Amino acid sequence: MLRFCTASTNDMISFKELKQNLKKEHSSLPARKVALLGDVATQFLAVSLKGMGYERKYNIDLFEAEFNQVERQVMDPTSDLHEFGADYTIVFQSTHKLLEKYSHTSPLDQIGLADERLDFVRMMCNTVKGRIIYYNYPEIEDTVFGSYANKVESSFVFQLRKLNYELMKVAQENANFFICDIAGLQNKFGRNIGFNSHIYISTEMVLSLDILPYVASRTLDIICALEGKFKKCLILDLDNTTWGGIVGDDGWENIQVGHGLGIGKAFTEFQQWVKNLKNRGIIIAVCSKNDEDKARAPFEKNPEMVLKIEDIAVFVANWNNKADNIRFIQSILNIGFDSMVFLDDNPFERNIVRENVPEVTVPELPEDPGEYLEYLYSLNLFETASYSNADAERTAQYQVESKRVSLMQSFTNEADFLKSLNMVSEVKGFDSFNTVRVAQLSQRSNQFNLRTVRYTEAEVEALGNDAQYVNFSFTLADKFGDHGLICVIILKKLDASTLFVDTWFMSCRVLKRGMEDFTLSTIVNYAKEHGFKRVIGEYLPTAKNNMVADHFPKLGFSTIEGSEPLQFELVVDDHEDREFYIENK
Amino acid sequence: MEQTEILAKVQDIFRDVLDNDDIVLTPQTTADDVEDWDSLSHIQLIVAIEKAFKIKFTSKEILSWSNVSEMLESISSKL
Repeated sequence: MLRFCTASTNDMISFKELKQNLKKEHSSLPARKVALLGDVATQFLAVSLKGMGYERKYNIDLFEAEFNQVERQVMDPTSDLHEFGADYTIVFQSTHKLLEKYSHTSPLDQIGLADERLDFVRMMCNTVKGRIIYYNYPEIEDTVFGSYANKVESSFVFQLRKLNYELMKVAQENANFFICDIAGLQNKFGRNIGFNSHIYISTEMVLSLDILPYVASRTLDIICALEGKFKKCLILDLDNTTWGGIVGDDGWENIQVGHGLGIGKAFTEFQQWVKNLKNRGIIIAVCSKNDEDKARAPFEKNPEMVLKIEDIAVFVANWNNKADNIRFIQSILNIGFDSMVFLDDNPFERNIVRENVPEVTVPELPEDPGEYLEYLYSLNLFETASYSNADAERTAQYQVESKRVSLMQSFTNEADFLKSLNMVSEVKGFDSFNTVRVAQLSQRSNQFNLRTVRYTEAEVEALGNDAQYVNFSFTLADKFGDHGLICVIILKKLDASTLFVDTWFMSCRVLKRGMEDFTLSTIVNYAKEHGFKRVIGEYLPTAKNNMVADHFPKLGFSTIEGSEPLQFELVVDDHEDREFYIENK
Repeated sequence: MEQTEILAKVQDIFRDVLDNDDIVLTPQTTADDVEDWDSLSHIQLIVAIEKAFKIKFTSKEILSWSNVSEMLESISSKL
């Protein structure tokens, strides 16, 4: 019975194509040093990893250890592995070899099989530099005890499952240890697809050609996530993607969703999956060709809907083309297109988005909605390298931003829009309440940062007590919500009449609100009250702060000719405030 | 299926898997005659042939062939 080519494996790139990638030009891609250690032969896996690296735009500089040297390479501090200095060390200890070891162990000691392996893994976490990606153990059910193995601690099946479970604990305890869940892959595709006996017999390789691209893909998913490339946002079409039927034709009460008879169950479970992603911190957006009120109605009125309107960070329903709507969603969220996934049942819409915004991931959803989920599971779209409870609160922040943007669109005049926001800023020096946030923003601000001087908490505290310096921190709140502390000014008194702008940075979340004018007004008022005549600004260019190259001239400073680095001067008495719409709290 | 038909189909598979359209197979061809036909690509060829003909070889067969002719015999015996 042959079952190599199933519908569910058709989308993945083939091993042959991965192998062909090796002939392509890799040298222009960023290189990552990857070591591969296996207790079975790993040549095909090595080919797959390099080929998949190319797909993900990495030049995988691979060190492949001699066959079956995992322990020696790890434990010997002078080994080639340690010499190589890998960014990532992939360790593949196979279930086959574990079973062989089990069989060589006396029955009395078999009960310690998992613990012995775990001891080695823990030791490895302490010896190997860089990150470890460890393949867990796809099960071989040897049926020596049958199902009764679940009652017998010394059975191979018991030890194997214990090992996989305990490995998760090792992963929790060690920040640099990551499990690549190839046991999960075998659960998805089945052992008859994952393992090919004659490849094993003739080459000592335990992964079939059909499963190798998936194993490589899951491995690169982890590397990419650790390198900061991961998905942050899921954009959903509505009709026949999120629910069955066309809401504009069928009405909000007649769309197919819910656990009654028929196909509604497929959409309910799809929505549950989306909700779980949202709860994890993935931003959910809607992009639908519909009248907005009709598109919103199911979320607001249909009790069978799992997704509610408050789960959606950005809701776009209109008759514009979807590529433009996705650009609009991107402008609100301010995240890269390459971190977005778009799901739509309509091949035409998918292609429009693929052609116009090629960085967006657009899965080729199966025709049958009943197959959506199993297909999406197979893609592992949302690999991550971290998780914290704060991730889950993101949706609310973006909903607020979305409201602001839609309000702005209803004003033709920017000033009217800004006025309508009722913005309030609290201005004060550094104190024990804001020191942490000032230091944090100082570390993180890259774009709107004139001199990019980084200050630690201790330094911020010292500045607060130094009479040579004048410090301002600014918060900003508007009728939609509070941004908290978003801007910092540190002025140095050069002499009795001159202030130097040592630091001016601002969060990019509050661009185009007139915050710069408000800030300057604060500086000028201080100068006037304390008898300073001139304010000197300076711009130190970095790779990221080009945005503020013209910051001082734009605000009315004149360039000091011949200054290096470039300095700018404002004569306090000549300054007139530009209009802004922010009130001092 | 005629032997020549099988040979033609196998030749197509070789060209595809080894990514070389110049490959010409005869019953007498051995691994030494074809560039890139090594023990690793052999496995790729086996898997591709099994899929194309919807057959399954035994592990012993795979290790025993010394030329294309013997491979063709194994295939035709399963059709």
